[in-house]
Amino acid sequence: MNLIQIAIPIQAEPEASIGLQEKIGFAMLTFGIVVLVIGATGLFNSIPLLYGLASIGMSVVGGFVVTAAQLRDKLPGIKNDGIMFSKLKRRGLAGWVLGVAFTGFYVLLYWYPAALTHVIHSVDTLSLLMRNKPADQWFLYGTFYTAAVIIMGIRTIAKYRNSKYQLYRTISVVTAQLLFAFIIPAMLIFFNSKEFYFHYFWPLKYDVLFPSTLKGLLASNSNLVVFMGFWSVAMTFVATPFLTYYLGKRWYCSWVCGCGGLAETVGDPFRQNSDKSLAAWKVERWMVHGVLVFVILTTSLLWINSAYQGEVLGEWSYTFSKAYGFYIGALFSGVAGVGFYPILGSRVWCRFGCPMAAYLGLLQRFFSKFRITTNGGQCISCGNCSTYCEMGIDVRAYAQRGEDIKRASCVGCGVCAEVCPRGVLKLENK
Amino acid sequence: MNVVVIGNGVAGVTFARQLRKSTDHQITVVSAESTHFYSRPALMYVYMGHMEKEHLKPYEDWFWAKNRIEILNDFAQRINLRKKHVVLANTAPLPYDVLVLATGSKPAFFNWPGQDLQGVQGFTTMQDLDRLEINTKSCRQAVIVGGGLIGIEVAEMLRSRGIEVSMLVREESYWNTVLPPDESTIVNAHIREHHVELQLNTELRQIVGDDSGRVRGVVTTDGKIIPCQLVVISTGVRPNIDLASSSGISVVRGISINNNFETSEQDIYAIGDCAQFPDGRVEQLWYTARHQGKHLAGNITGKVTPYEREPFYNSAKFFDIEYQTYGTVPADLAGIESATWKSENGRKFLRLTHQYNRVCGFNALGIRLRSEVCLKWIAEGASVEHVIEHLHQADFDQEFTAVVKNIRLHRSVA
Ligand SMILES: Cc1cc2nc3c(=O)[nH]c(=O)nc-3n(C[C@H](O)[C@H](O)[C@H](O)COP(=O)(O)OP(=O)(O)OC[C@H]3O[C@@H](n4cnc5c(N)ncnc54)[C@H](O)[C@@H]3O)c2cc1C
Ligand code: SF4
Repeated sequence: MNLIQIAIPIQAEPEASIGLQEKIGFAMLTFGIVVLVIGATGLFNSIPLLYGLASIGMSVVGGFVVTAAQLRDKLPGIKNDGIMFSKLKRRGLAGWVLGVAFTGFYVLLYWYPAALTHVIHSVDTLSLLMRNKPADQWFLYGTFYTAAVIIMGIRTIAKYRNSKYQLYRTISVVTAQLLFAFIIPAMLIFFNSKEFYFHYFWPLKYDVLFPSTLKGLLASNSNLVVFMGFWSVAMTFVATPFLTYYLGKRWYCSWVCGCGGLAETVGDPFRQNSDKSLAAWKVERWMVHGVLVFVILTTSLLWINSAYQGEVLGEWSYTFSKAYGFYIGALFSGVAGVGFYPILGSRVWCRFGCPMAAYLGLLQRFFSKFRITTNGGQCISCGNCSTYCEMGIDVRAYAQRGEDIKRASCVGCGVCAEVCPRGVLKLENK
Repeated sequence: MNVVVIGNGVAGVTFARQLRKSTDHQITVVSAESTHFYSRPALMYVYMGHMEKEHLKPYEDWFWAKNRIEILNDFAQRINLRKKHVVLANTAPLPYDVLVLATGSKPAFFNWPGQDLQGVQGFTTMQDLDRLEINTKSCRQAVIVGGGLIGIEVAEMLRSRGIEVSMLVREESYWNTVLPPDESTIVNAHIREHHVELQLNTELRQIVGDDSGRVRGVVTTDGKIIPCQLVVISTGVRPNIDLASSSGISVVRGISINNNFETSEQDIYAIGDCAQFPDGRVEQLWYTARHQGKHLAGNITGKVTPYEREPFYNSAKFFDIEYQTYGTVPADLAGIESATWKSENGRKFLRLTHQYNRVCGFNALGIRLRSEVCLKWIAEGASVEHVIEHLHQADFDQEFTAVVKNIRLHRSVA
């Protein structure tokens, strides 16, 4: 039979693959954002409820629609297909644009809140309802943050739905954000108590153990506020070492913390961008422990100062803590930490700047049962684990030698174990 | 001493690293395929966009200089046994005191008509990856010839780009020369669940091209015509013995070695996929290549001990279903008893094999087992009752996901 003569039927072109539902979802999302931006001119000041629904509400619904569409027809199991080709997720133009947009938002929030005056109206109705007072820039920020964590949290759950660990962990971290960072603080304001975030402790919320703050809380005539004082001390010095001993730092970083919540949800699409090199690890160790030392020093100095009735440091300690708040609190955790997600990966702040992570990390490294164990010689050195480690740990370096992984920075998200194609990794407390 | 290694795969590199740990010898690793060592089993993830080529390197680039392992990206053409040097394509001959051949394997093609057409390829090297990228630029339909582990990986890769895939498998069920019927059937169903046209009992007769020499379809042995723009041949690999045989070193199927990895020639050793032991076996796995490299380094620096085959284990992934195997679980279970369990959705499966009530192996689909515990039970010849009762000790699934804790194995009646 002559090869050329065999007649082969020509097949029809396959149809275009981007679904209608996905398009509608994206359209709603874009519409919401456009409305939000237009509102910055003050155009919708007279219709705050409608403005809120058409902007934030529309985006939230659009987000759901997109997620649902992307999931259809996919079997459960890790699908990281095409991530390295994505302009958004792999530092392409879209990634940079998003990074600049995030950063720009933080710059406005911290330094030019006036520019947001009219946008704030989009959450006025919600604020009145929840806190019995009009919205301010921080309530706007909290609403954005919580909405983003919820929508992207649903995406995270859908993506990792083959794993119960991911399911429980994501539900926990999203719920913590919704309750401790959004609903409870608003309720406290509603009932004219002190605004308080029960899931942030020293050294992350460094000023809570400053003498002025702590003494203020404990001296209050409200039992609830006194409780806040005790809570702060107990969480830092009792609960944290105890829980970290049994569970590793993950009980906080990837199950409770709000920064962790954002990283695990909004940040998840960018986790592969964290730097895995040994050089990056060196920088990380100096920086993150440097920040911890700084917080400890500041706090200690303030207590010494307070013991000597302010004679030692005078005004200086105040300036000191103020500077810290600005550089670390605003610049680092917000602008760089979240703004650079698309470029440096989802845990920039947690990895290089968070004093709580440093404290938990030291506990985890030296006083904890937690570790990631490796399964004999089953590792094929493929590199999926290292690539998808948001903390930039070179997991493979340990796995291919059959060694347990006991690194201070590991937040126990468990994604290395999920993406491992050979079942090599397991998070264990043993 | 001057040690030269040909091949920077896992066998050659493990050998070089281990040798460096305990000696000060000059070590040079020559390879034609890539400058740096990379993980061959991970090639698929680059095509699927999970990783970039850079991620495939198990060691950062500074590692080699720091450990004084010289890497040379060149092709070894011939070994001059008398002068004790290796003739390279682009650089001056490389003298050696000890030469280690770790040349790996090559895909096996079976002289089908049309196999040299454009758009016909294998999938084992970095170059194959680049070729696949080019060959799938405007490809809507592909045919994979051969089941097996590489075939199913290529099917997953192509499906991730929305290409229609037909998979021709000679046997009546996927990889049933290795998997017992239950396991093989589960994988058949899963392959089809991923919209792959799995054609069992089907072989390739010829590949058909157009006037410009590009593939445009295949004809199967039962006369069926399947249009396609890409054909991937994955009918197995054979040891790469080109360099050894052209230099006068004894070869059979692979490079002939004794149990100390010594070839027919003084000071020349062979390890990994390319080596064939006196009992005729070739071990063509990542793990065995690593063990062999490590063992040979020990032999060269210390006391020479014969290599013994480790208790067998292996793992793979069939689309979403992970597979692990330990000990003895032959495809043909005659004379071996089993206790099995299958999940309701049919995607998880566990088999424990035993003889005379002693456990001899495990097969797991969609379940992660703890390697250490399974291998210990097999080595001890633990009783079936003991293993069933303590099965939870072999749990290696993610927290809250554990399956083995709650399952009851059904013992087959012999
Ligand atoms: C797609 C794919 C997936 C796989 N997945 C798995 C898996 O999941 N699990 C598993 O256990 N195994 C797997 N394997 C098999 C595994 O990769 C091999 O067993 C292993 O890589 C063998 O290592 P090696 O060092 O012996 O040879 P190789 O890795 O093949 O390295 C040999 C090197 O030598 C070079 N070379 C050969 N001749 C010359 C010469 N004359 N001059 C210069 N250089 C030369 C070659 O170019 C090559 O780079 C897979 C193989 C493939 C192809
Ligand atoms: S993902 Fe698994 S197999 Fe791949 S390098 Fe990491 S531990 Fe090894």
